Amino acid sequence: MKKLAKQVVFYGVLIGVWTLLAKLHIWPPYLFPPPWGVAQALRDGFADHSFWIGIAVTMKRMVIGYSLSVALGMVLGLGVSSSKFLEETLGGLLVSLQSLPSICWIPLAVLWFGLTEKAILFVVLMGSLLSVTIAMEDGRKQMPKIYGMAGRNLGASGFRLFWSVLLPASLPFIVNGMKQGWAFAWRSLIQAEMIFLSLGLGQLLMMGRDLSDMNQVLAVMILIIVLGYLVDGLIFRTMERKLQEKYGLVAA
Amino acid sequence: MSASPQSSYPSIIPPPRRSLVHGSVVHGKPVSSVLEVPLAAVDVVVPKVALDSISLSYRTSTKGRLIALDNISLEVKPGEFLCVVGPSGCGKSTLLHLIAGLQPQTSGTVLVDGKPVTGPGTDRILIFQELGLFPWLTVGGNVEFGMKMKNVPKAERKEKVEQYLRLVHLSKFRDSYIHQLSGGMRQRVALARALATGPDVLLMDEPFAALDAQTRDLLHDELERIWAETGCTIIFVTHNVREAARLGDRVVLLTFRPGRVKEEFRVNLPRPRHMEHPDVTRMARTVLDCLREEINKSLEVEYADEKAR
Repeated sequence: MKKLAKQVVFYGVLIGVWTLLAKLHIWPPYLFPPPWGVAQALRDGFADHSFWIGIAVTMKRMVIGYSLSVALGMVLGLGVSSSKFLEETLGGLLVSLQSLPSICWIPLAVLWFGLTEKAILFVVLMGSLLSVTIAMEDGRKQMPKIYGMAGRNLGASGFRLFWSVLLPASLPFIVNGMKQGWAFAWRSLIQAEMIFLSLGLGQLLMMGRDLSDMNQVLAVMILIIVLGYLVDGLIFRTMERKLQEKYGLVAA
Repeated sequence: MSASPQSSYPSIIPPPRRSLVHGSVVHGKPVSSVLEVPLAAVDVVVPKVALDSISLSYRTSTKGRLIALDNISLEVKPGEFLCVVGPSGCGKSTLLHLIAGLQPQTSGTVLVDGKPVTGPGTDRILIFQELGLFPWLTVGGNVEFGMKMKNVPKAERKEKVEQYLRLVHLSKFRDSYIHQLSGGMRQRVALARALATGPDVLLMDEPFAALDAQTRDLLHDELERIWAETGCTIIFVTHNVREAARLGDRVVLLTFRPGRVKEEFRVNLPRPRHMEHPDVTRMARTVLDCLREEINKSLEVEYADEKAR
């Protein structure tokens, strides 16, 4: 409760300073939007459903792109972690590719897929696939060996051993990388949407820019932050904590 | 439960086998061969588990090869409770891994029912020292796991889960997760999980080492009862000689590095036994005297390692 009080005071002061600066009229409102302007933009955006639609479109892309990258990353990570040859070759390539910002894939994506949904998903995939793969690989390595042995001992082998033992056993070690993958996917998606201009939050932000409506720009930025925080801070962190508790990695 | 008789049996008389309170056999051996074979032949049955000159060595980075197990030959009769004791580092856990087929030996053969072991099989279930219970499954899910892998139909699985949880007195905890259980309860889940898979041979690797004395005593009683009820063969590894004397029909002592069979003790004491019984204590003393030499050897090596550091 104390933590919450601190946060309320902190954000209260932050908005207060913002209000104060806006009231002083040091900068014109089209350069420095006041909090009430942003609040109005948020209200209008939700009232005319454009924000709802933006959120829905963006989240839908996120879910599809991220699921793709988790599925592919699982296969890749499994391959890399189970073969010494792949680890030394493909593994190195994956790590070096991770230094490439996903937005660099946009020219190729446009060339291959045109200005379509597929191109956006491709950019999202490339943005998060690598961190999911690396997380998967690390998870397999960190996982206690005892689970694999116990599984084999109880008659599991091949795909069933992977699916019913190795995968769940490495979950608490993977979830952190999954979270990172989500964050990467989120950034890639917003960036891609800003360039592709096909609905979504990224486009709403660019629309605000084109109309010189900084209230809308800030409103969309706040939306992006809140959504990102909700998924990362609430869903993933809760999942991580629950898993660690359940797997006896931290005191319950 | 009847109290154990105070007088010890003279050692020439074989111990009363399977004379515990509950007599039902959950999955006994088929006895079809008895029809053709004269009764006298029962004594020369094929050993349940036979180790034939097993050796295991590792390549180490510094000293060349380390011999972990050296030419071990051992036979375990069907339904026997064999305890293996030895100082830490004598390779007794490794021995169980070899029998379980989780690791190949360097030379020699492991035979189960006269057939060589080539990999893991659900006829031999190992209970690990760390248990290796699956935290993502409930207690029931853990017990069910082996049967699921064997494609046992769902209804039968459910029934067996109930049955084995009852056997270890954990019926009420079927839907709990492992992290919600105490150490002793986790041991019993591991036991139920192993038994539900329907093994002929139960391999136990110091399963009670991390428990307090009271819980351990309780689990000894339960294990003895369950062994009698199920009729399975148990190979039980421990460093605790009193535990070995309390539980085993026979105690095999391994030497320290390389592991060899040093001595075998037959424990002809009536069951159910008690840890504090003078005969058990006396038996333990006998084993311990023999073991002490090996413990000293292992300590010397440990101290030498420390000096070298």
